[in-house]
Amino acid sequence: MDQYDVIIIGAGVIGCATARYLSRYDLRILVLEKEEDVCSGTSKANSGIVHAGFDALPGTMKAKMNVKGCGMIRELAETLHFPYRNNGSLLLCMDDEKLPELQKLYDRGIENGVPEMKILNAEELRKMEPAISENAIAALWAPTAGIVCPFGLTVAFAENAAENGAEFRFLTAVEKIEKQDGGFAVTTDKGTLHTRFVVNATGVHSDEFHNAVSAKAIHITPRRGEYVLMDREVGNLVNATIFPLPDRLGKGVLVSPTAHGNLLVGPNAQDIDDKADTETTQAGMDDIKSRALKSVPNIPYNKTITSFAGLRAHGDQGDFVLGEPEDCEGFFDAACVESPGLTSAPAIGEYLSDLIAARCDAAKKADFKAERKGFTEVAKLSREERSRLIAERPEYGVIVCRCENISEGEIIDAIRRTPGARSLDGIKRRVRQGMGRCQAGFCTPKAMEILARELGIPMTEITKNRPGSEMLRCDDETV
Amino acid sequence: MKQYNIVIIGGGPAGLAAALSAKEHGIDDILILERDERLGGILNQCIHNGFGLHTFKEELTGPEYAERYIDKVLAAGIPYKLNATVADISPDKEVLYVTAEEGAVTVKADAVILAMGCRERPRGALGLPGFRQAGVYTAGTAQRLMNIEGYMVGKEAVILGSGDIGLIMARRMTLAGATVKAVAELMPYSGGLKRNIVQCLDDFGIPLLLSHTVTRIHGKERVTGVTLSQVGADRKPIPGTEEFYPCDTLLLSCGLLPENELSKTAGVKLDPVTGGAEVTDTLETSVPGIFSCGNVLHVHDLVDNVSKEAALAGQKAAEYVQNGCKAAEGAGIRLRGESGVRYTVPQSIVLAQADEKIVVRMRVGDVFRDKALVVYADGKELKRQKKRIMAPGEMEEVTLLRESLAPDTKEIVLRVEG
Repeated sequence: MDQYDVIIIGAGVIGCATARYLSRYDLRILVLEKEEDVCSGTSKANSGIVHAGFDALPGTMKAKMNVKGCGMIRELAETLHFPYRNNGSLLLCMDDEKLPELQKLYDRGIENGVPEMKILNAEELRKMEPAISENAIAALWAPTAGIVCPFGLTVAFAENAAENGAEFRFLTAVEKIEKQDGGFAVTTDKGTLHTRFVVNATGVHSDEFHNAVSAKAIHITPRRGEYVLMDREVGNLVNATIFPLPDRLGKGVLVSPTAHGNLLVGPNAQDIDDKADTETTQAGMDDIKSRALKSVPNIPYNKTITSFAGLRAHGDQGDFVLGEPEDCEGFFDAACVESPGLTSAPAIGEYLSDLIAARCDAAKKADFKAERKGFTEVAKLSREERSRLIAERPEYGVIVCRCENISEGEIIDAIRRTPGARSLDGIKRRVRQGMGRCQAGFCTPKAMEILARELGIPMTEITKNRPGSEMLRCDDETV
Repeated sequence: MKQYNIVIIGGGPAGLAAALSAKEHGIDDILILERDERLGGILNQCIHNGFGLHTFKEELTGPEYAERYIDKVLAAGIPYKLNATVADISPDKEVLYVTAEEGAVTVKADAVILAMGCRERPRGALGLPGFRQAGVYTAGTAQRLMNIEGYMVGKEAVILGSGDIGLIMARRMTLAGATVKAVAELMPYSGGLKRNIVQCLDDFGIPLLLSHTVTRIHGKERVTGVTLSQVGADRKPIPGTEEFYPCDTLLLSCGLLPENELSKTAGVKLDPVTGGAEVTDTLETSVPGIFSCGNVLHVHDLVDNVSKEAALAGQKAAEYVQNGCKAAEGAGIRLRGESGVRYTVPQSIVLAQADEKIVVRMRVGDVFRDKALVVYADGKELKRQKKRIMAPGEMEEVTLLRESLAPDTKEIVLRVEG
């Protein structure tokens, strides 16, 4: 029976957050994702910053969702158990002439309802962050800002939604959406489904889906951002997230610890044409590295462990496009969600789910489970707890990833949960196997074996992410 | 808490040789902790021959070389644990390891020998631009998949870096039916042993492109090709020299890094050049009673040297235990390299405890022909060793005689001179 109340297209952070908040209601929910896992598009490569909310223009959806989302993420970290740290952010001013801009952002923050902000002088700033450039003369301190693991957040929403009844289908690409009486026919590469409501959470593709059902056209320009990630050994160079003053293309190149304790530098901002172009370039990486040095002069780039690029869904009108277009009832956009999209995710999810529930008078479930248990992180347990757990389940005593200290048991958890990992990247995003300094050099063969065993597929079918990314190339499997 | 005289971290060639030597020097109470499911370490995946020419005067494969040591360890009844990953070493030599059978266990050691080996420099650390697709492997990972697990990683490969594992894998993949299009090397000389270039590339007609690097990796899901560019004297790509090589696999053999994360938990001081511990002539680190040897100390090119060095560490750890765990007394003579000598191991000599002959190992920073390695003690020439050729890929050694060193020597400097 392929009839749903709500079909959410896209299992990024917005789609999964919406699924999670919708799953509070008595509705039949399906999330469709063209990739093999959640968090595989726009959501996977970003700064992981929970912005305080002083950037967006007052009155915009961006401003509202950002400030609300920032508070929600802090609370959700306790119930959905994803990696989050409330480290605060500092926006640096390097020039007396630019002080009015700093003040303007402060004022904007006040108008947006950002609490506890403060403008620091050079001395206060230096005391707080000794590694910051001597050229910084003042900074906007926003203590409510934080850092979150984008995968952890998305997986937490997805698992909690699934536990509350939402279904997920992966490797299922939506090809056509047709308005019909009482809803929509959604045609995918795996067949046609019917639904009363559609949520468009398709990241850089959200203009295409919107324009397919609405004459009020929107347009997205993919804006690529490149990042460099450094070893956890140097993750404490700064404590807060360090921003320069924003420019025309965005918030500028930041320097920040990540929720897992690495050091992150990026992004630049390049408008491009290709919505699949997440390629890093030498010029781009050189550019972000030199720009970051202006804020923090002694970044140890020789501790780099990886680099990556992501795309922001930059909409031409500058704000998030949320809710129904005038001319297509029942179709709910979460379109043009660029920064601060990650921060805004829970607020957007709640907002859209409440709109949809109100539209169909959906009742709240009595048995909604608001809490989701995080992954067991064996290396963080005390010796006694760890031994007790290993006695119960010996696979927690087999260390597979030596850099991040990840056991076979944690990898098995990543695969067996719902929705579970189906690829090496899926495991890495959930439990950090291969995320460390050797970048899976040692643990790849073992992780492949575990994945093959758990999924009951041959080693030759193991992929890094989507089909086509098979790790091995052999005709008869063995050498 | 269980107590041992010597705990050895790692059951590869260094750990095995250290264990045997400690036993030969009178210590029975030894524990080897090995994280893999068998002893022998990385030698198990090195199924090519050429090991042991110096030690055994015959050409063995990696597993055969390992087997000789494993057999002796078994015959000597030295205790070892497999699938045992060490999670922490404290400065007072408490070692926390994890196994499926025992859980998380802390043991106390009088002496610890660090023998964890090294890891390969991954793609991310090289900053290679492009998509993050499948098909980019470090050479050692591909070697493990092929030689231990029995799977072919690709059919058409380009190899970046001419380190020994990359050269060996060029031949290995060719023998298994793959086509290796080229080996590209950033430097104007190879980082590998001469004999490997001849036997693994020349004999199979695989081109070695010196002063070349990868400037783009093509393919979104899986590698579809790489662009190679020439680099200038500044090692930066020269625009206009780009050439596309279709392939499904890129192997990286761009350097090995001693894996000293555990050493750091113990507070061991590291040498920024080697990436390994700073040691005295007894291979003792800055933490009394913690010794280091093999590739975790500095990256070797011949396993024979690993075994020799580890045997010294085993002996000295045994003596440390037998002497009541007392730290060496007396100030050390600092050793350093300059003018072409990148580093020395050891980094200091404590004359009061030194053996009659002190082996100093080092690497040079460039290719030198018809030059000499010269040793100066406080500015006075102590020794001059003529060399027909020296290259970064081949470790050099000089033996110093204790009696030739004045007791008040402050510093020994090693230089390449014309």
